[in-house]
Amino acid sequence: MNNEEIKQFILDHVAEAECMEGSQFLQVTIPAEKILSLASELKANPNTSFDYLFCLTAVDRPDHMEVVYHLKSTTHNHQFVLKAKINTRENPEIETVCHIWRTAELHEREAYDLFGIKFLNHPDLRRLLLTDDWEGWPMRKDYDDPINMIAY
Amino acid sequence: MNWLYDFSILTQSIHESLSGNFESGTVLLLEMILAGVAFMILFALLGLVLVYAERKVSAFFQQRLGPMRVGFWGTAQTLADVIKLLMKEPLMNKNADKFLFNLAPYIIMIAAFMAMASLPFAKGLQALDFDIGLLYISAVSSLGVVGILLAGWSSDNKYSLIGALRSGAQIISYELSVGLSLLTIVVLTGSLQLSVIVESQANGWWIFRGHIPAVIAFIIFLIASTAETNRGPFDLAEAESELTAGFHTEYSGMKFAFFFLAEFANMFIVSAIGATVFLGGWMPFHIGGWEGFNNVMDYIPPIVWFFGKVGFMIFMMMWFRWTFPRLRIDQLLTLEWKYLLPVNLMNILVMAFLVLMGWHF
Amino acid sequence: MEEIIHDQELESKEYFINMGPQHPSTHGVLRLVLSLDGEIIRKVEPHLGYIHRSIEKMCEHDSYQQIVHLTDRMDYLSCHINNEAVCLAVEQALELEVPDRVKVIRTIIDELTRLSSHQLWWGVMGMDLGAITSFLYGFRDREMITDIFEETCGARLTMNYNIPGGLFFDIHPNFQKRTKDFIAYFKKKLPEYDTLLSNNVIFKQRMDGIGKLSKEDAISFGVTGPTGRASGFSCDVRKHHPYMAYDRVEFKEILDTKGDCFARYKCRIAEMWESMHIIEQLIDNIPEGDYKVPTKAVIKLPKGEWYQKVETARGEFGVYIISEGQRSPYRLKFRSPGFSNLSALDHMARGCKIADLVAIMSTLDLVIPDIDR
Repeated sequence: MNNEEIKQFILDHVAEAECMEGSQFLQVTIPAEKILSLASELKANPNTSFDYLFCLTAVDRPDHMEVVYHLKSTTHNHQFVLKAKINTRENPEIETVCHIWRTAELHEREAYDLFGIKFLNHPDLRRLLLTDDWEGWPMRKDYDDPINMIAY
Repeated sequence: MNWLYDFSILTQSIHESLSGNFESGTVLLLEMILAGVAFMILFALLGLVLVYAERKVSAFFQQRLGPMRVGFWGTAQTLADVIKLLMKEPLMNKNADKFLFNLAPYIIMIAAFMAMASLPFAKGLQALDFDIGLLYISAVSSLGVVGILLAGWSSDNKYSLIGALRSGAQIISYELSVGLSLLTIVVLTGSLQLSVIVESQANGWWIFRGHIPAVIAFIIFLIASTAETNRGPFDLAEAESELTAGFHTEYSGMKFAFFFLAEFANMFIVSAIGATVFLGGWMPFHIGGWEGFNNVMDYIPPIVWFFGKVGFMIFMMMWFRWTFPRLRIDQLLTLEWKYLLPVNLMNILVMAFLVLMGWHF
Repeated sequence: MEEIIHDQELESKEYFINMGPQHPSTHGVLRLVLSLDGEIIRKVEPHLGYIHRSIEKMCEHDSYQQIVHLTDRMDYLSCHINNEAVCLAVEQALELEVPDRVKVIRTIIDELTRLSSHQLWWGVMGMDLGAITSFLYGFRDREMITDIFEETCGARLTMNYNIPGGLFFDIHPNFQKRTKDFIAYFKKKLPEYDTLLSNNVIFKQRMDGIGKLSKEDAISFGVTGPTGRASGFSCDVRKHHPYMAYDRVEFKEILDTKGDCFARYKCRIAEMWESMHIIEQLIDNIPEGDYKVPTKAVIKLPKGEWYQKVETARGEFGVYIISEGQRSPYRLKFRSPGFSNLSALDHMARGCKIADLVAIMSTLDLVIPDIDR
């Protein structure tokens, strides 16, 4: 499938998806609520079969949160970037995809640890890199750490 | 220099000079002290030499030089290490069983001492010559496992416990193979007394005279005794990449040094048993009937022969250790119970048949 | 009799063991909590973060030239390749075409880095299994490569040789000769690796059929590099998305289907041969030219996002840059191969023994700073 077809495929499933041809990959932004249904469809459908999630990360935007999924199909060799937009920065929540791509389990834990995004139905959502009693979400833009200041 | 060839001359003269000055009871006491001191010195020397040898041999296998800084070619390195270990603080876990924790290293050391007492080092140089010497040695040398089990149990550390239990399973299994492979030669000698076993090899060592069964027994002995001393590739009890240091994880300072020393002493003991039973002990290389050749061989003192053979065996064990990867516990037990033991039993039968028919040399 | 056993509750119970953060075979400060039943592993739970330095956060305040240096400190064994990932991403964003000479030199040093990483892995692997001699052998041969690196850029471990737009310096005049010497030397030594470990009965028994990972699981867990390829997951970035000079050299992607420890082991050994093959093709054909294209002192990427993946010794390393047009990225994510490979550890190690876990971990070839970042 080329980018055009992927775009069409996603628009068929999620009507409100915003597509953008990036410099490199096709970037598709969808609302966070749709992620589970779309992700399982992308993996299961033989025409897309995006079975390889090679990067999962979160981005802190001024007014919303994004969870970014880099997807690739090992059979069709096509790839694109899926972004799930969470409209709140207070208590952001999104469904987990770790039973679809198992690598997501650790990646989601990392995103939770650093951004405070709650992945619903995640089997073991705990802090991963930081200590359990850490306060705050360090990778957020408004995180303030007076002790370990980054000077620049 | 006659005493170098027959130590009974030396021991006899010491005995006579003591008897001339003291009562018989005092003489016995003094002789016991003398023998004890001699063994302690031997033990300490063995530790020094073998640790240095191990480092140099491993360095040789690994294309490096090993210790070079302390003393000439690093010869004083072990001494420096001993001083370092003496200065170290003996640490203990808070919940460790204090009594057993402190007892364990001594049990291992005592077991090593007891086994060493009955080794025939040279002609006439043997502290205890039991008529069941071989049985005694194999019984005493397996006492050491008690020390290992205690060390693992009392340290209050799961790594130690796993190591100790591994070692228990391992030594109990391999004890069988060591015993049976030695029995194969006992069938030939007809005696368990070590001095008799050595004397019986005056016309050639058993490994050459006992046909293929003796060679098989020797190989099995080599494998099983390496396992019994907990050395690589059978060092599962310490397995530093899995269990950090196994049963002696929690030990430091001199108590650790005891374990370390006991390992080398045990290596020496099993090598000495192997050398005595299979390679003729202190008996020079003789070929039955070749008088001239035998006389030339006799010029080399028995004690040199003994330590030469033991050195060869020890070198073999070091070679194993620095070449092979470690076995896994189930593979270790499979090797013993499914391969070595059946082969060993068959081997004894064949040997008995050979002896019965009088086919050995 | 049965009653007695029942009364005393002699049935076995699970217990836990803390493997790490200080443990000889976790290769750094990885902490694993093992649930054990006797010696059999029921569950492995990795606890990370002991060397977490929040490199991603630091990157949000650094210029792009500075970020390159931070990548050295992640997977220090394939530092050059990490550097290159950032440089490639920046060059791609700036639409900068680097000279041919840079491409070839970068590729050669990439492969030398891969070789040195695999040599160290081989040595450590042997040591984990109890054959300590292999450790020294691996380091002996690695020494020659680090010497080449030292002569080229002055550093032996964290090289910082790449900058956006090219290289820090030109190569040393000796570079070609020494590299060729090394290849000739290592071609003789690599068979020695086989005689010492690969053909050893104990070694084979320890590795065969241990830690199986099917192709589907490898893809699902995102296990890449030699580890993924041993399971049949064709994931070599050099083949699928060629960068630098990889499109002009001929090499094989090593694939296996068994997916056990021994397959992963063989994959890495075979990769060493391939790496030497690649270097041989390029070393005599380094084109003349500049070793860098000039860039501005302050690099500002246009607004947008870029993802650049490269093949490190451990697998697919990705840099994801989101730029808002500033001198620092708005967000920068490193997709490190070790992190994903580690996630499969629990799946592979269940039902194995402690000794097997050590073997599996060595074949995964984890570098902890790469995981913790």
